[in-house]
Amino acid sequence: MSTPHIGVLALQGDVREHRAVLEGQGARTSAVRRPEELTGLDGLVLPGGESTTIAKLARRWGLLDPLRDAVRGGLPAYGSCAGMILLADRLLDAPADQETIGGLDVTVRRNAFGRQVDSFESEVEVAGVAGGPVHAVFIRAPWVEQAGDGVEVLGRVSGGPADGRIVAVRQGSVVATSFHPELTGDTRLHRFFVELVRQPGGRRRADGASDGVIEESST
Amino acid sequence: MTENVTPTPSTGTGTDRVKRGMAEQLKGGVIMDVVDAAQARIAEDAGAVAVMALERVPADIRAQGGIARMSDPDMIDGIIAAVSIPVMAKARIGHFVEARVLESLGVDYIDESEVLTPADEAHHIVKGDFTVPFVCGATDLGEALRRISEGAAMIRSKGEAGTGNVVEATRHMRAIRAGIRRLTTLDETELFVAAKELRAPYELVAEVARTGKLPTVLFTAGGIATPADAAMMMQLGAEGVFVGSGIFKSGDPAQRAAAIVQATTFHDDPSVIAKVSRGLGEAMVGINVDTLPAEQRYANRGW
Repeated sequence: MSTPHIGVLALQGDVREHRAVLEGQGARTSAVRRPEELTGLDGLVLPGGESTTIAKLARRWGLLDPLRDAVRGGLPAYGSCAGMILLADRLLDAPADQETIGGLDVTVRRNAFGRQVDSFESEVEVAGVAGGPVHAVFIRAPWVEQAGDGVEVLGRVSGGPADGRIVAVRQGSVVATSFHPELTGDTRLHRFFVELVRQPGGRRRADGASDGVIEESST
Repeated sequence: MTENVTPTPSTGTGTDRVKRGMAEQLKGGVIMDVVDAAQARIAEDAGAVAVMALERVPADIRAQGGIARMSDPDMIDGIIAAVSIPVMAKARIGHFVEARVLESLGVDYIDESEVLTPADEAHHIVKGDFTVPFVCGATDLGEALRRISEGAAMIRSKGEAGTGNVVEATRHMRAIRAGIRRLTTLDETELFVAAKELRAPYELVAEVARTGKLPTVLFTAGGIATPADAAMMMQLGAEGVFVGSGIFKSGDPAQRAAAIVQATTFHDDPSVIAKVSRGLGEAMVGINVDTLPAEQRYANRGW
């Protein structure tokens, strides 16, 4: 799989930025707004945006269950900010009827850092990403309040009132960050995800077990 | 392989990247005018990416006249408490104290808006001094770049608010996009002249010429009343949509709001727009912009 095909959920949000960074890392990308556009993908990115809007549109257009099936079936997925919310199994500070795709055994608190005047930039060390801390942009960002046993914590806030809060996680082939690497020009997290997609066996179940579907068409 | 290092690291709150990045998250979405918590809940349920809190929608400001000002802080608090999506609010052009009040209330974006009665005939708010980001209206590229130079982190077309007539939003969106395209064809010498003609800082003009886009997100506003209006503005290059009077002055606000959200996402798919446009009930009663005297045109406010 020399050129992985990564879909970017394009119902709303900063889709263009994610696609540009992914293509810079050697991936082919396409927009996903309809169930059939999930066919043939090697990976899926859930962009930043407004999670309530994205979830409602996904439900309205019959995309929510296919997305759940795809992620549970082992399609590697990466979500930033709203994307992290969409990948969470459990939410706090969300409307009672807000649905998610799930796939990450975590409880995510929406708008955890506060309102827009509290949005900030900071440096975050991310496990598995070499070359120094990632410059992280947090915009009305969520954090991971609680992570299940199978979830690997990749990064935490360092310093400030939210010191130690979990802002980057991975469970099998599902990765999520509270912050927006697509806005900074730092491409390392996207490269990390593209490499994960490229691994033969990268397409695994979210619980880490191989589901036997190995994509090796053009390795 | 060389590591791609962050070009201009900056930390803390209220940075340009945090302000402009907030608007990036709203792209492809619809921001709806609301005057109370109940309307805000309807907007959130319909899939709005944010709500704009104001005392009266533009159609009522037109009908009732008088001075239009920032909303009552109690009303804004009520809306902030009612929804989990971002809450924006309007301040009068040049009224930096209204803006400070809105910032202290914790609104997520301030619209320095021509829909309210201007408080200063010459000066806009110096927006870069604030932690909260600002959106401003523009009728052409020069006006957009002047607002950005003052610190606006998001630009919208002005259109002609409260008319239900999309013609002015179309004019402004085409003017801004055509202005951008023209800059990309100029050489360096010509860019200095263009900056003079646009009455905008050379550095911003040169940046637009180089990148072929504004340094901020560009939304549309002013007269959008139907799903097809929203979709047309998206196809003309808007990155998202503000809807003012169009929703809560229509026959069935909840259904129309949801329809405009869907038409914005699927703006390039006529079959979806047709589907969501069925049975929406009465659209707001429109005003023909040609019959509006110049002093009643909000787009002429600001400079």
